[in-house]
Amino acid sequence: MDEIVNVQHLRKTFTLSKKQQKIEKTSDKCRVAVNDLSFTAYRGEVFGLLGPNGAGKTTTLRMLATLIKPNEGDALIDGSSVVKNPQEVRSKIGFLTSELKLEGFFTPNYLFDFFSELHGVEPAVRDQRKKKLFDKFGITKFAEVKVADMSTGMKQKVSLVISLVHDPEIIIFDEPTNGLDVLTAKVVTDFLVELKREGKSILVSTHIFSLIDRICDRVGIIINGEMVACDTLENICNGKNLEDRFFEIYEETVGELV
Amino acid sequence: MRNNVITIIKKELARFFKDKRMVFTTVLMPGLMIYVLYSFMGSGLMDQFAVDEDYSYQIYEVNMPDSIQAMVEASGMNVDVLNDTTDIEEMKTAISEQEADLLLIFPEDFEAEVAAYDCTTATEAAPLVQVYYNSARTESGECMGMISEMLDTYEASMANRFDVNSGEDSYDLATEKDTTAMVFSMMLPMLLMIFLFSGCMAVAPESIAGEKERGTIATLLVTPMKRTHLALGKIVSLSIIGLLSGVSSFLGTMLSLPKLMGEMGGMSASVYTISDYLLLLLVILTTVLVLIGALAVISAYAKSVKEASALIMPLMVVVMFISITSMLGDGAPTQAALYLIPIYNSVQCMNGIFSFDYQPLNMVIALVANVVYSLGMTGILAKMFDNERIMYS
Repeated sequence: MDEIVNVQHLRKTFTLSKKQQKIEKTSDKCRVAVNDLSFTAYRGEVFGLLGPNGAGKTTTLRMLATLIKPNEGDALIDGSSVVKNPQEVRSKIGFLTSELKLEGFFTPNYLFDFFSELHGVEPAVRDQRKKKLFDKFGITKFAEVKVADMSTGMKQKVSLVISLVHDPEIIIFDEPTNGLDVLTAKVVTDFLVELKREGKSILVSTHIFSLIDRICDRVGIIINGEMVACDTLENICNGKNLEDRFFEIYEETVGELV
Repeated sequence: MRNNVITIIKKELARFFKDKRMVFTTVLMPGLMIYVLYSFMGSGLMDQFAVDEDYSYQIYEVNMPDSIQAMVEASGMNVDVLNDTTDIEEMKTAISEQEADLLLIFPEDFEAEVAAYDCTTATEAAPLVQVYYNSARTESGECMGMISEMLDTYEASMANRFDVNSGEDSYDLATEKDTTAMVFSMMLPMLLMIFLFSGCMAVAPESIAGEKERGTIATLLVTPMKRTHLALGKIVSLSIIGLLSGVSSFLGTMLSLPKLMGEMGGMSASVYTISDYLLLLLVILTTVLVLIGALAVISAYAKSVKEASALIMPLMVVVMFISITSMLGDGAPTQAALYLIPIYNSVQCMNGIFSFDYQPLNMVIALVANVVYSLGMTGILAKMFDNERIMYS
């Protein structure tokens, strides 16, 4: 199998302010968010990062998307290093997270053209792609409405479309269905399945078991910044249901659930 | 990928120009406000110190000799001599209560006393004329001025040894150019600097700290665009808007300053040539680049627009302080090294242009230095865009 994302011993720490140290009753000046994390995702498959809140999923994806730099380790995205060649990585990936906002003053139409230009997409290709994506997500009707005037769900759909203006080979989605109603969540999930069918490689983080069940080929379980299990969905589940397996693994690693 | 810079500039300008309210408040309003305010202040000030032409001055007199009475009449002054009281204290009260304008008290035999008085042999004080008035009342002050001028003339006519500047000749040989140069070089560099700074301040924090605060800058940062391109695009587009705002304020000032300075007269913005204005525009342009550069770096450091505005305050104080130097000292300094100091060099270049007294070499040094500084600032901004602690803290 062809490796497309190869994460090698990533480590990321954040400095704690004095106030935070007091709140958390610790004298450590820094907190390890991601510790010696390694995994591999293969071309054309959906890799899911599963873990509770604060496990380090988002931090890992942000490092892969080159928004932040790892303290140690590296990751190769389709052969480009996130540490040494972040610009090349950015042109290969589509990154979607709720932190990335769109300027409310502009319309989806304008923003699509603007980001296409930044990615160097030809106008003819851009228009075709825009039509396809806008139609799929029902944005066409709202193409000339300012993003600020849209509903949360519609905003998220526009963000998703904008993250794909350059038709990237690798798609990194941080909690793709968070905050969406069931209908919109289904549209997004179906779209991920479709992207997979088109041969795209997808990396998602989530804490929703059903999403993993539905779309992922391989799963990595992150707890407290460390990868505690990483295998195909089948092997991880080992005949059981994913939810039960996750709690088992959690108890093995951390101890009894409260 | 150089056209990424253009893409960013286009987006920033679209953001600005498609927002009519923003265009109005940043570009049109400052110039208009200044024009209206200064014109109003100019005419208002003049009106306040002018007396209606057909106003009759209300005066009291005690022992006023006929010769003086005749002079007052001959001068064409409208005077109503009041005779409602003979009590001097009452007359004074009327003046202090602004019911009358003036009280003139002459000695009883004023004309004879004056004729008999010889300052070379006199042992007593000269005859005294007392003129009571109320400076808080414009008419009273005006009347006082006219009467004392009349009395001076009366006194001079008795023993005229020489005159100073009498007759119709115009003695002030300052040309319109000199007057304009003096006033403009004193006031405009400071005003311009203030306008440019506030123009830049209106756009830079919003565009950089604002994007950070709203999380839209991160969306730009995950595109494969180079950070230097983003920084350059931001600085150029913000400078264009800052420049428009500054030029608007400047036009408002240039056009209304002659009105504000109305009483001094003899001023006109037309004494400067096209090349003076072009040079001024160059100085303004590079100044805006430096200001936007500095404000952009501060805004990128700040977590929110509010914090950016607070952080900018100390810089504003420094810029204002430096701007005042145009009002002090003897025109633009000649030492070339001084033109390496940002802001100060801009103020002194403007000073030089307005007073028709500058050295081309110093001007070039200032322009080049400003461009270098703004490029440096662009580099710093690009580095900041790449720093996760600054961008996503």
